[in-house]
Amino acid sequence: MNAKGTAYKYGDNVDTDVIIPARYLAIQDKEELAEHCMEDIDSEFVKKIKKGDIMVAGRNFGCGSSREHAPLVIKVSGISCVIAETFARIFYRNAINIGLPIIECKEASQRIDDKDEVEIDFDSGMIYNKTKNEEYKGQPFPEFMQGIIKAEGLVNYINEKA
Amino acid sequence: MSKPMTMTQKILAAHAGLPYVEAGQLIEADLDLVLGNDITSPVAIREMDKMKNKDVFDKDKIALVMDHFIPNKDIKSAENCKCVREFACAHEITNYFDVGQMGIEHALLPEKGLTVAGDAIIGADSHTCTYGALGAFSTGVGSTDMAAGMATGKAWFKVPSAIRFNITGKPAKWISGKDVILHIIGMIGVDGALYRSMEFTGDGIKHLTMDDRFTIANMAIEAGGKNGIFPVDSLTEEYLKEHSSRPYKIYKADDDAMYDEEYTIDLSKLKPTVSFPHLPENTKTVDEINETIKIDQAVIGSCTNGRLDDLRIAADILKDRKVAQGVRCIIIPATQAIYLKAMEEGLLKIFIESGAVVSTPTCGPCLGGYMGILAAGERCISTTNRNFVGRMGHVDSEVYLASPAVAAESAVKGYICAPQ
Repeated sequence: MNAKGTAYKYGDNVDTDVIIPARYLAIQDKEELAEHCMEDIDSEFVKKIKKGDIMVAGRNFGCGSSREHAPLVIKVSGISCVIAETFARIFYRNAINIGLPIIECKEASQRIDDKDEVEIDFDSGMIYNKTKNEEYKGQPFPEFMQGIIKAEGLVNYINEKA
Repeated sequence: MSKPMTMTQKILAAHAGLPYVEAGQLIEADLDLVLGNDITSPVAIREMDKMKNKDVFDKDKIALVMDHFIPNKDIKSAENCKCVREFACAHEITNYFDVGQMGIEHALLPEKGLTVAGDAIIGADSHTCTYGALGAFSTGVGSTDMAAGMATGKAWFKVPSAIRFNITGKPAKWISGKDVILHIIGMIGVDGALYRSMEFTGDGIKHLTMDDRFTIANMAIEAGGKNGIFPVDSLTEEYLKEHSSRPYKIYKADDDAMYDEEYTIDLSKLKPTVSFPHLPENTKTVDEINETIKIDQAVIGSCTNGRLDDLRIAADILKDRKVAQGVRCIIIPATQAIYLKAMEEGLLKIFIESGAVVSTPTCGPCLGGYMGILAAGERCISTTNRNFVGRMGHVDSEVYLASPAVAAESAVKGYICAPQ
């Protein structure tokens, strides 16, 4: 499995309140919810993202509220993978549980610039920066989590075990 | 020979049926309680609908608390509550709390005796870590984890390593749990405890009330922590006996348990502390503020600071004084029981006479839901837990986090300050 697209870069401590502000949390339709993805820190986000694009951020991505709406709107808006130096732990669980690929990689987080063209090989955890002609080794998932990812989320994983 | 474990590791080992666990190990643990609210439960209920087994594992071990946007703030939040209400009814959920019985979840569940020492608890709300104050392992998760928990009564965890905070000394007047936790977050940063437990120990803990401890454990997530946990002492046991008929179990960290880092917090040295926008780690003590920071609003409430101690402190400061002209002071008792007690003690009268408003329990303004939303350029001193961009309203508004004492004094003076 691979991801390929343009990288969009954000800083440290991107919280789930800016990923999807609470004023929209009563919305249950995920497409409608995704219209507001990232709007409090990047009002152009929804307009500029093409399907397959990649989000790159610094430390502690997804901190704050446990709202699963956050990884969901990122996924629905077309992002194929989030690369960060570290993820906040609830966001990390939620992303895996809903099937949004994420990779922890300090080097990629630091080296990739806004609008670099990036390709990711999920099986090997390798991240290729086509613009800079560089490659970075991401942190692979533990086997147990790979099971959830292969099943495309926790619910399918539980159904398969049932 | 048994290997040493932290308090958190001991609770996790017991719930995984293992004699020993170590940091980094993946385990599946039995849960004593699964929690959700009106924002996260509808998402979990939809996930449960996709499961082969649609039954709940135990109707007595699920708590559904309608608290974020209720009494319903709009049609969409009404639809969400209706979805949860119908689910609770269909599955005969014992602990479903709606208008009239509800309170802010993390104040309500300990008060109702649903969380006790030794429990393993997950909740689809990041501040679920609050119950660590009672000596339980509790942590926030998302809606899909909540759905899996409701169906199976289990959750997977990566066993955390821990940071130890050795609490010493006795706090000065007006210093509360909020100052302790803001001080810690300022010291280690918003990801300082990422993936790890924050274990509080030391003889200074006896000077912290249960409400102080709830406030401290509540904001462990604001340092990135998986959980925050306190040892069980006579004060905890008194609280548990008063509120719960459930048996509890006391776990103690081994003397030679391993910690990644250790810090000592001398309570006697702490000063009133404020987190500046837009991260909880941006702390200053009030005496370090050398400018006049005028405020438009003061909020006293939330799962962090809406308990009886907090309201008593606010009333002490607001008694026979007036909220400054141009400041809106909003006070939100966290549960119906706290509200009632505040009424019986005459606190509500003090608040209303000072010019503050008192609301029914709700998370409301803390997350920018309703009941005190900020306009562009407005500034609020708040006893809540997050001051992220746009958290309480407009993207250009500002939230300063502080204790009830600082929020109340600031409401009277019209700028950020601490009581003398």
